[in-house]
Amino acid sequence: MTTVVKVSDISKRYGKNTALDNISFSVGRGELFGIIGPDGAGKSSLYRILATLLLPEEGKVEIAGLDVVKDFRKLRPKIGYMPERFSLYQDLTVRENLNFFASLFDVSVKKNYDLIAPIFGQLEHFPDRKAGALSGGMKQKLALSCALIHRPEILLLDEPTTGVDAVSRNEFWNMLAGLKEHGITILVSTSYMDEATKCDQIAMMNEGQILDIDTPANLVSHIEENLFNASAHNMFKLLSELREMPQVEDCYTFGSTLHIVARSDFNPEEIGNSLKNIGMQNVRIYPAKGDIEDLFIKLTRNER
Amino acid sequence: MKDNEKVISVKNLTKKFGSFTAVDHISFDVGKGEIFGFLGANGAGKTTAMRMLCGLSLPSSGEGRVAGYDIIRQPEEIKRHIGYMSQKFSLYENLRVNENIRLFSIIYGMSDSSMKEASEKLYKDLRMEDMSKTLVKDLPVGWKQKLAFAVATIHRPEIVFLDEPTGGVDPLTRRRFWELIYKASSEGMTIFVTTHYLDEAEYCNRVSIMVDGRISALDSPEALKERFQVSSMDDVFRIVAKDALRVD
Amino acid sequence: MAIFGALVKKEALHILRDTRTMVITIFMPLVLLLLFGFAISTEVNDIRIAAVVEKHTCETRKILERFRVNEYFTFLGLVAPTETERLLRSGRADAVLFLRSDDANLKAQIMVDAANPTIAQTVTAYVGGVINKEEIKSPVLTYTLYNPQMKSSYNFVPGIMGMIFILICAIMTSVSIVREKENGTMNLLLVSPIRPATIILGKLVPYFLLSCVILAIMLFISYTLLGLPLSASIVNVVLLSFLYIILSLSFGLLVSTIADSQLTALIGSAVILMLPVIMLSGMIFPIDNMPVFLQGVSCIIPARWYISAMRKLMIQQLDAAYIFKEVMILTSMTIVLLVLSIRKFYSSSRK
Repeated sequence: MTTVVKVSDISKRYGKNTALDNISFSVGRGELFGIIGPDGAGKSSLYRILATLLLPEEGKVEIAGLDVVKDFRKLRPKIGYMPERFSLYQDLTVRENLNFFASLFDVSVKKNYDLIAPIFGQLEHFPDRKAGALSGGMKQKLALSCALIHRPEILLLDEPTTGVDAVSRNEFWNMLAGLKEHGITILVSTSYMDEATKCDQIAMMNEGQILDIDTPANLVSHIEENLFNASAHNMFKLLSELREMPQVEDCYTFGSTLHIVARSDFNPEEIGNSLKNIGMQNVRIYPAKGDIEDLFIKLTRNER
Repeated sequence: MKDNEKVISVKNLTKKFGSFTAVDHISFDVGKGEIFGFLGANGAGKTTAMRMLCGLSLPSSGEGRVAGYDIIRQPEEIKRHIGYMSQKFSLYENLRVNENIRLFSIIYGMSDSSMKEASEKLYKDLRMEDMSKTLVKDLPVGWKQKLAFAVATIHRPEIVFLDEPTGGVDPLTRRRFWELIYKASSEGMTIFVTTHYLDEAEYCNRVSIMVDGRISALDSPEALKERFQVSSMDDVFRIVAKDALRVD
Repeated sequence: MAIFGALVKKEALHILRDTRTMVITIFMPLVLLLLFGFAISTEVNDIRIAAVVEKHTCETRKILERFRVNEYFTFLGLVAPTETERLLRSGRADAVLFLRSDDANLKAQIMVDAANPTIAQTVTAYVGGVINKEEIKSPVLTYTLYNPQMKSSYNFVPGIMGMIFILICAIMTSVSIVREKENGTMNLLLVSPIRPATIILGKLVPYFLLSCVILAIMLFISYTLLGLPLSASIVNVVLLSFLYIILSLSFGLLVSTIADSQLTALIGSAVILMLPVIMLSGMIFPIDNMPVFLQGVSCIIPARWYISAMRKLMIQQLDAAYIFKEVMILTSMTIVLLVLSIRKFYSSSRK
């Protein structure tokens, strides 16, 4: 697979704060590459560097064989960038927004319509509605259409699903899968771990560093830990009791249950019984399958 | 659920704005100490319904009681017995942590001694002892969120309404936040949380899903997943909300 | 009461911690007052004048002599008619006087550099005054009342105060309320047991106090540095200003119930309030010189009445009876605005 994005040892500091600390990775053509991490991990700085809007202090970034610092003019038409907040003109209509972005890149909407057709489909019915009056999901679709109208080779999406409801989020990921078919390389950042599994590769970021990069399946296999689910009537008491136990490495809330990271001497039945003995009701402890989120918690545990 | 265990009880609650019915005959009960998830897509009517429960909005028809008071006739009493935390972790950013705590304890009519006791407990529970003089705007977002919750419950309300409390917060912070909620619930406080993030729904004892102003499903997350034969609340929501006509 | 105190304290902290706003609020009145008081003046001193005289007579000599001794003029001397244009163009002279005797009648013509029409007008009037002094048998005697030295330095004080209070009260209150709406803290207050009236008062009182501080500063400067004559009317000045401050606060409250973002509030108050205040209140441009339509419009601008009343009190030193009409108009405006804005606020707090 040809490498389209190559990031080598980039760093960026803002005063005392290090936003990016010696980051390297590469993305192949047509890949859906996910960057996950909490707020403040440095995702947006990374995106701004990739989008040629910010200069890295150290290191080198090449996109489609072009340097983001030296060749930014040649590079820009090849990039489609969708910043964190959908940057649309709220007071322009759907059609006006699309036409405007097409004219920025000197392309015709008609010629490239096939690319955005599956995304723009629903918006076709109300071309004269103002962008500001669209729902979150619709705005997202319009923003994506505008970012795609010049047929970029690389699509940079910075937290595209933040603040969008579950149904629209799901649709959005399906659209991205469709774009991959056109050979477009997509870099998408998110703070939702559940979305990450839909990527081909994931880079996990925290505090300006990349903790791990791999396919979702491989990443999950990096959790070599003994994980258990635990639930009880009084979840808070359960959590406090489990944290006190020497056999428990870590315990945290995880949806409807708690996740226990067990040490080698952890015996679920024994622990369950001892909890029942102190009067806890409906105690259930059973093996759990770890996911990306568990890995993330593991990787950041030492920094806590 | 016995009547005396009901902290929120709503029958045929409806709110119309002109010809638009934002909330359409919803009925449900919430028990004491329950963590109740109030789900729905943007524009499904969650916020309007919650505003009626908080005494901020007058229903067009229907009835309801919150913390034992009538939502139509006794909104002032309701306001005294509930806590509210909004989606932006709203605190006064230009005030210090202790000034925010002080302001809200005075607003809720707490005496000096109970204020002192409550704020000491708050600092200890949140491990914020050394942050009392920090301006809220300088706090990391996770701390802000926890502080907002602690301030919303400083007067030990019977119910706390959380309006999309974890938007844009990373998983680690979110976990710590849910620990606080579990703790409050284990102490008997009822938690009413609106959200459109489905991962949040898993934490709730029971969830209701609003679609186009009506409640389309109401049960525990496990029961809902079983009923629709799916493995996550995400899928439940997708099935229930797929025919939604209203978006925003 | 404790709640009210807490709200006021909170607001005070907001104001104090926002250094930029604080500096602007305190320094802008100062700078404006000093700027208008000293730098911008409609008086014209040191007019450089040259003369072209066709034929000297006794009369012309007398006239030129008067220009020589007049302290407002610098007499440049006699020049040839061909030179006049060059003098004016190069800016070495402000005016040239042509004197021609025609059948024993003296005819005068004044040529003025009118790059600045205001100065040109004043110069023409001065020159005319000097020429005509003795030619008319019974001269028109002009007395200037109230402002005998014709000083313009404190003429602007009422206008500036009219503008400052609108700026501070209306814009700052509306922006601060809308900021709470944007941040979501307004919702926190609304779901708490506080009454909406307390929330409103908790907003208005701190800005009222801030305005009082500014009022004190401005009055202090006016009566000391700008040399405004101190008299008993100062009590009326303060009372009238209180009324105007309350009116501006109500305006801010009204704007805040309508606007939903800080930017809208800012632009809204600036466009609705500031521009009309500057252009139509009579602060800079006299109302009598406006087209009738604009004169009508100016009647609904509170600043017009405030400034007019303040001129009567501060500069004319008249007593309260003379501003009855203005006070009545301002009071009714205040009541209408207050009722409107409070009702709007209440309805938005429980709809």
